Amino acid sequence: MLLRHTPKEITERTALMINPAKTCQPIGAMYAALGIKGCLPHSHGSQGCCAYHRSTLTRHYKEPISAATSSFTEGASVFGGQANLLQAIDNIFTVYEPDVIAVHTTCLSETIGDDLPQIFDKAVKEKKVPEGKTLIGAPTPSYVGSHVTGFSNMVKAMAALAAPGGKKNGKINIIPGWVEPSDMEEIKKIAAMLGVSINMFPDTSGVLNGPLTGEYKMFPDAGANIADIKDSGNSIGTLALGEWCSADAARLLDTKCKVPCSILDMPFGLKATDRFVDALRIVAGTSVPEEIMVERGKLVDMISDMHQYFYGKKVALVGDPDQVIAMTEFLVSIDMCPIHIVTGTPGKRFEERIREITAAMNCKVNVRAKSDMFLLHQWIKNEPVDIIIGNTYCKYIARDEDLPYVRWGFPILDRQGHQHFPTVGYRGGLRLLEQILGVLLDRKDRDDPESKFELVL
Amino acid sequence: MAKARKLVQWEPHNIKEQLLEKYPPKVARKRAQQIMINEARENTTPEIVANVRTIPGIITMRGCTYAGCKGVIMGPASDIVNLVHGPIGCSFYAWLTRRNQTDAKNDTNANYISYCMSTDMQDSDIIFGGEKKLTTAIQEAYNLFHPKAIAIFATCPVGLIGDDIHAVAKKMKEQFGDCNVFAFSCEGYKGVSQSAGHHIANNQVFTHVVGKSETEKTERYKINLLGEYNIGGDGFEIDRILEKCGIKNISTFSGNATYDKFASANQADLSCVMCHRSINYVADMLETKYGIPWIKVNFIGAEATAKSLRKIAQYFGELELVDRVEAVIAEEMPDVLLAQQEVYPRTKGKTAMIFVGGSRAHHYQELFKEMGIKTVSAGYEFGHRDDYEGRHVIPTLKVDADSRNIEEIEVEPDPLLYKPRKSAEELAALEGQGLTFKDYEGLNPNMDKDSLIIDDLNQYEAEKLVELMKPDLFCAGIKEKYSIQKLGVPMKQLHSYDSGGPYAGFKGAINFYLEIDRLVNSRVWSYMKAPWQENPELSATYVWE
Repeated sequence: MLLRHTPKEITERTALMINPAKTCQPIGAMYAALGIKGCLPHSHGSQGCCAYHRSTLTRHYKEPISAATSSFTEGASVFGGQANLLQAIDNIFTVYEPDVIAVHTTCLSETIGDDLPQIFDKAVKEKKVPEGKTLIGAPTPSYVGSHVTGFSNMVKAMAALAAPGGKKNGKINIIPGWVEPSDMEEIKKIAAMLGVSINMFPDTSGVLNGPLTGEYKMFPDAGANIADIKDSGNSIGTLALGEWCSADAARLLDTKCKVPCSILDMPFGLKATDRFVDALRIVAGTSVPEEIMVERGKLVDMISDMHQYFYGKKVALVGDPDQVIAMTEFLVSIDMCPIHIVTGTPGKRFEERIREITAAMNCKVNVRAKSDMFLLHQWIKNEPVDIIIGNTYCKYIARDEDLPYVRWGFPILDRQGHQHFPTVGYRGGLRLLEQILGVLLDRKDRDDPESKFELVL
Repeated sequence: MAKARKLVQWEPHNIKEQLLEKYPPKVARKRAQQIMINEARENTTPEIVANVRTIPGIITMRGCTYAGCKGVIMGPASDIVNLVHGPIGCSFYAWLTRRNQTDAKNDTNANYISYCMSTDMQDSDIIFGGEKKLTTAIQEAYNLFHPKAIAIFATCPVGLIGDDIHAVAKKMKEQFGDCNVFAFSCEGYKGVSQSAGHHIANNQVFTHVVGKSETEKTERYKINLLGEYNIGGDGFEIDRILEKCGIKNISTFSGNATYDKFASANQADLSCVMCHRSINYVADMLETKYGIPWIKVNFIGAEATAKSLRKIAQYFGELELVDRVEAVIAEEMPDVLLAQQEVYPRTKGKTAMIFVGGSRAHHYQELFKEMGIKTVSAGYEFGHRDDYEGRHVIPTLKVDADSRNIEEIEVEPDPLLYKPRKSAEELAALEGQGLTFKDYEGLNPNMDKDSLIIDDLNQYEAEKLVELMKPDLFCAGIKEKYSIQKLGVPMKQLHSYDSGGPYAGFKGAINFYLEIDRLVNSRVWSYMKAPWQENPELSATYVWE
């Protein structure tokens, strides 16, 4: 047993987090910034932060992750990091020639009180920022929120580039939240099928699921255009997917540029996708084409065909709030029973939403925000489940408890596919069902006695 | 075509110029001192600048002091609870990501490696101080696990807000009575790379753990293996060989380590240093305090393994051991040679570049040589000048502002436990026979004249080197892996090996030959272009069968 020291008996902990279901803000800011075309993320702190984030994102995507760091030394930590950042900006624009540098802070630079806007001003005054290039800054102290709020802060910093008063562009902003590049691609496809002209940011599709061709482009020809991001203040409206990931940016566009917004759940599963498509249809004043109806129908078809294997199955679920809320709704909608639900990210609203979604379900639900996978494991020991869904770290629980397991969320360090095959939308829903069925039925085939072993399932 | 590329000729000064040409003048001046064209000199090696600050904004391969301390040195110890005091990220990123294996097999052995523990500091802790939360967290860890030891690691903000982690550790240790609690001031901003973290880790383990074992190790031929981290099971293979030879490795720093193994290190009769960079301090301290001499060994490469075993046997100087070592080498080598002959025709003449470590950029050249692969450029991520030029430069090293604040501990002979394992005469006699103590000649003498030795290589230079020199294989870490492979050049991680291993010892050498053969000869590198890109002209019409 690799988690042999996890006791069944639960004792409250107030200070010790064990096996976290979150990581720190800067990595989210780095991921978001990679969704801007021609952008080099920059970590304003000591170089280990940047190294760790790049390593984790690289292991998750199996793609190069370029990002720079202010490489604080003890001196910089005492006297402030301004000189380091100014030098970094100069070096980055000279050597790597990005269009944009997206700087996020760290616990180190925040604790000593470095002021990004002031340093940016100085960089511009000292002519360290070439004509036409952009600096973006987001505060992401690691001791606040989680990787999810760090992502949100960087997306908000993108929205802050928008200026009111331009000519209306007839587009709808979509802020997709922290989903996979494949998911972002799928969201664009759905909008295209509806014939809606969208302006989506960030957009990591094509950046973090690129081809191998013998050529390396530090800045792939993909990502949200900085000009489009600036133009988002002139859109008809904004659909923000996920309260935690996307709402702040959408609300900023509303207050600053009078672009109205709707905050939707991330479109995982049937109902959340229905709401997304419906909202897009209404704001764009268009009708839903037959091909989307067919995709939807296929998802409903599979739910009905395989309902007997989903019905009443107990699920342990861990991940980020926006994803987990949508997934919980999907699981309930196919009559599965998500009974142990954890996110590491803080937010009171999380527990309320889960309670609402699971209210009609006929079993007791354990749910906790700002919690960890150690507690989740203890819950499982006290009330076993049929399947666990979560990131790669769940494999230790799945192995010890001998559970069917679907990898979903961040990070996934040991399997492939998440960057290429979406789990959002109706087609994504089909993929999720395929994965859930796969592990449940593999288990059944493994465990059924010979007399019960069946060809047709 | 992949084959034609090998004919590319290059001139080292020209390469160096091209690496530097795009830099702002200040950066170019600094990097010029860290890019060295190797010269074949009689008794000295040319000087390189190393262990200096990373340049802000230049995408570095380096990590931080915390990574060196918690990730590298303390991470592999299985029965010590590692508790990180700081915001959640630092502990999260160091959670199971280094492929250091442990054999705490059955459930009665403590194994905390799969647990990630943190005080998850919040803004209120930053404002009001985190000592209280740390104290509670230590208590909660103790109540849950009752470990032998709890190690506390400081992250950046801890140093800034002034939490006294050592005082908290001391208080809790006294309170528990049966659990050793000690702390590491390994804030990420200290030093210039992971290297400072190794030093901090070693100092604290030496101060708080070594010499504390209550069990007496009575075996013959007892050694410590210092600077071996059991990545991919390297340490298991080395231990298999040592055991077969009748040599008892009582303490590895820190692959597959346990508290008691660390604590017993003072009982060995010889320290064998693998990774000179990360651990030479411990070897020196063990000698000064307990009288244990040290030699440099290298178990990477079959020949190097055989040589290292012979050195150990020579040290103990007993015929029985010498014979047994020779018998083991004779038994192990045929399989190695068979594998070598199998891959050699496909690997000879290829070129490699290695930019890792510490020591691996040096050690792995042995394995490549055995396969006929030439290392045309190499360098360390966090090495010091002595790792390049040899230990003789240590007295001349300048202590700069970044190194000065890394604690140096003063060690004196232990009044009870100091016992010179060999007399001065015996040591002199062994040196007369060619066994050198406290000696490491460094990377430079090992590389050909005109090869490029580059310290703290960065992403831009790596890409440029590959573009200009077109090696058949590039070795670095995970962050570098895919930008190199996008260029169509295979890349092998030599920090954590990607997958696979062990690569140490005899069986490890075989694994490595096969792995490198697989990588450099994989068919995938021929798929970069589609058929219509290779022959774009529509010179003929398609003939339908």
